[in-house]
Amino acid sequence: MREISVREAIRDAMAEEMRRDESVFLMGEEVAEYEGAYKVSQGLLQEFGPERVVDTPITEAGFAGVGVGAAMMGLRPIVEFMTWNFAMQAVDQIVNSAAKTRYMSGGRVSLPVVFRGPNGAASQVAAQHSQDYGAWYAHVPGLKVVAPFDAADAKGLLTAAIRDPDPVVFLEHELLYGDTGQVPDGEHVAELGRARIVRPGRDVTLVSWSRGVSAILAAAETLADQDIEAEVIDLRTLRPLDRVTVLGSVQRTHRIVCVEEGWPSCGIGAEVIATVSAEAFDALDAPPRRVSGAEVPMPYAAHLEALALPDVETVVRVAREACYVDV
Amino acid sequence: MAASKRLEEGARELSPLASLAARSAAAYEPMPNGHEQVDLGLPPGELLDIHRRMLLLRRLEERIGQLYAMGEIGGFCHLYIGQEAVAVGMERATRSDDPVITAYRCHAHMVVRGVAPELVIGELLGKADGVSGGKGGSMHMFDPARNFYGGHGIVGAQVPLGTGIAFALKYRKTDRVCVTYFGDGAISQGQVAEAFNMAALWKLPIVYVVENNQYGMGTAVDRASAVSDLHKRGESFGIPGQEVDGMDPVVVERAGLTALEHARSGRGPMLLEMKTYRYRGHSMSDPALYRTREEVQKVREERDPISRVADLLVNAGVVDADQLKAVDREIRAMVMEAVTAAQAMPDADPAELMTDIYSAGS
Ligand SMILES: Cc1ncc(C[n+]2csc(CCOP(=O)(O)OP(=O)(O)O)c2C)c(N)n1
Ligand SMILES: [Mg+2]
Repeated sequence: MREISVREAIRDAMAEEMRRDESVFLMGEEVAEYEGAYKVSQGLLQEFGPERVVDTPITEAGFAGVGVGAAMMGLRPIVEFMTWNFAMQAVDQIVNSAAKTRYMSGGRVSLPVVFRGPNGAASQVAAQHSQDYGAWYAHVPGLKVVAPFDAADAKGLLTAAIRDPDPVVFLEHELLYGDTGQVPDGEHVAELGRARIVRPGRDVTLVSWSRGVSAILAAAETLADQDIEAEVIDLRTLRPLDRVTVLGSVQRTHRIVCVEEGWPSCGIGAEVIATVSAEAFDALDAPPRRVSGAEVPMPYAAHLEALALPDVETVVRVAREACYVDV
Repeated sequence: MAASKRLEEGARELSPLASLAARSAAAYEPMPNGHEQVDLGLPPGELLDIHRRMLLLRRLEERIGQLYAMGEIGGFCHLYIGQEAVAVGMERATRSDDPVITAYRCHAHMVVRGVAPELVIGELLGKADGVSGGKGGSMHMFDPARNFYGGHGIVGAQVPLGTGIAFALKYRKTDRVCVTYFGDGAISQGQVAEAFNMAALWKLPIVYVVENNQYGMGTAVDRASAVSDLHKRGESFGIPGQEVDGMDPVVVERAGLTALEHARSGRGPMLLEMKTYRYRGHSMSDPALYRTREEVQKVREERDPISRVADLLVNAGVVDADQLKAVDREIRAMVMEAVTAAQAMPDADPAELMTDIYSAGS
C-alpha cells in the first residue's frame, strides 16, 4: 500500500495502462505540455511522447468524435474533458455515436473509449462550471458511468474502464483530486458495476457516490454518536447500478437516504428510490428520502453556493427523520 | 506546393466521357466500321466493370424503393439514385483496406465495398441476418471486416469519426487512408469544421468527399452555404480542395486516385467536391416542392452517369445495345434473387432486443 492523492491515482492508472498496452493513448485540451488543467497528466508527455499524449484544439465535439473513430479501429482512447461542463459540446458523439454504435451495428463494432474529467461542483465557479452530469449519462444504455470517491477506486476503476470493451464515462471530482488514500502497490483493477459498503450499520442506509461519500461518512460519524448506526454505501458505478447491494442493505436497515450533489428531478436518487420502492417495498419502515442539490443554476457567492449543495447537517437530520427518532 | 500544383492540373484534365461530350459535331468523324474513334481512357473491360457496378446500385435502389412503397421497409430510407458515379469511381480509386465511412445514404457505399446486396435488403426488412441484425435499419449499417464503418444518422457526425479513424491509421503507422463522405448540407455542421482543423493540423491520412447533390433535404446549396463552391470550405485550414464532375465515374476515379495518393504520402487531408444529383426525394416521403420536375428530367437526360458510360461503350463499339440490355437483365435478376434471399431470412429474434448493448460478458 502507498498513500497517494486521487490525482496521482488517476495519472498512475493511465501511465500503467499506457505501458501495458500500445493502443492506449490520452487526448484532450492541455493534457500534454500543460500536464492537464488540473495537473492530472503530470509526466505523461515526457514518458510517452506527443503521439500518445495529444494536445487537442478547443474542439470538444470534434475530438470526442475523433476518439470514438479511433476506438472503431481498435485503439483505446482516453478522452479528457477539461471539465464535464464542456462535454455538453460533445454530447452528440458520446450518446449518439459512442453509446449506440454497438447496438446499431448488431454487435459488429466495439468502442473501447473512456471519456474522463472533473464533474460536479467546484469552488465558486458558478453555474456554467459547476454541474453534476451523473444522471445525464447514467440515463443512456450503451454507456457505463463510473464516479469514484477515493484514491484506490480512482485507480482501480479507471484501470478497469480503460480495459473495458465498451464506452465508459468516468466522472472525477475536482474537490477530491487532492485527497489522499491508501492504494495497493502494483496492478490494481476494481470491478465496474459494484457498489461498496464503506461502513456497515443496521439502522439506516446512506447512499452516495463521488464527493457525496465524504458527506455520508461524516454524517454516519455524527449519527453514531447519537446511537444510530448508518450503513454507508458508495455506488462507485452509476450505470450499471448495483441494485443488489442497495436492496440487500435496505433489507437489513429498512430505511434509506440517498445523497446527491446534482438536481433531484430525474436524478440518481430518484432511480435508487424507485428501485427500492418497487423491489423492497415490504422491507421499508419509513419513506425513502433524498438529500440533493438545490434546483437552481449554481450560484457564485460562497454562502449561496453552500446553500445549494447537500451538507452533513441536512443528511443527519433527514436520516434521523427516516429513523423516526425526532418524533 | 508542387503537389497542389499537380492537383490543379489534375482538376483541369478532362475524362474520356467529358471529352466525348465536348466534341463538336464538326469534329465527329465516323470510323470505317461506323463507330466513333474514342480514347476510352481505360481498357474497355474496366469501363464495362464501372457500368455494371453503377447499374447494380441503380437497380438495387429502385427495387428498395418498390419494397418501401409496398410497405415492406419502414422508417427513413434514403436512395442513392443519380449519385452512383461517386461511390463506384471512388471505390475503384480506394484500396480495399482503406476504411470508408458515410452518412445515412449508405446502401450503395456498402455494396461497392463488397457487402452482399441481400444483407443490405435483409437489414431493411428487419431480418436476423441483415447486416446489423435488424437493429440498425437503412441508416445504420456497418461492416468492419470490409472496412466500412457506417451508416450514421446524425448529419455531420461521421466526419469527426472518420477523422478519428484516420488518426488511428496514422497512430498505427499504416499507409492506409480513410475516405469520409458527407453531404452539401452536412458541410455546415460545426463538427465538420472541427474535424477539418484537426486533420490538417495533424496531417491525417484522410480524403473528405462532399457529395454535393445540390440539396440538403429541401434546401438548395446556395440557400445553406455562404460559399457555394464547397471544395473551398477547407481552404482556411489549408486543405486543398477540388471540384469534380461527380456524374462521371472516370473523372471521379482519377480525382480519387490523386487525393488518396496525396493523403497516403503523408501530406494530410484533401477535400473533393463531387458535383452530383439525386433523382429521388430526400427520403421516401419527400414531395419535392423545392425543385421542378424539369430540373430533374434535364439532369437525367444530360448527365446520367450510367447512360453516359453506356453511350460511350456503344459509340466505341465495345458493346452494342442488345448486349447492354442483356447485362441489365442479368443485374435485375441478381437483385431479384437478393430480394428473395432476404425475404427468406428469419425475422430478428425478440431475444435479440436486449443484446449488443454492451459487449458480451460485460
Ligand atoms: C444533426 C442532424 N440535424 C438534422 C437532421 C435531419 N436531416 C437528415 S438528412 C438532412 C439533410 C442533409 O443533407 P446533405 O448533407 O446534403 O445530405 P444528402 O441527404 O443530400 O445526402 C437533414 C437536415 C439529422 N439527421 N441530423
Ligand atoms: Mg445533399
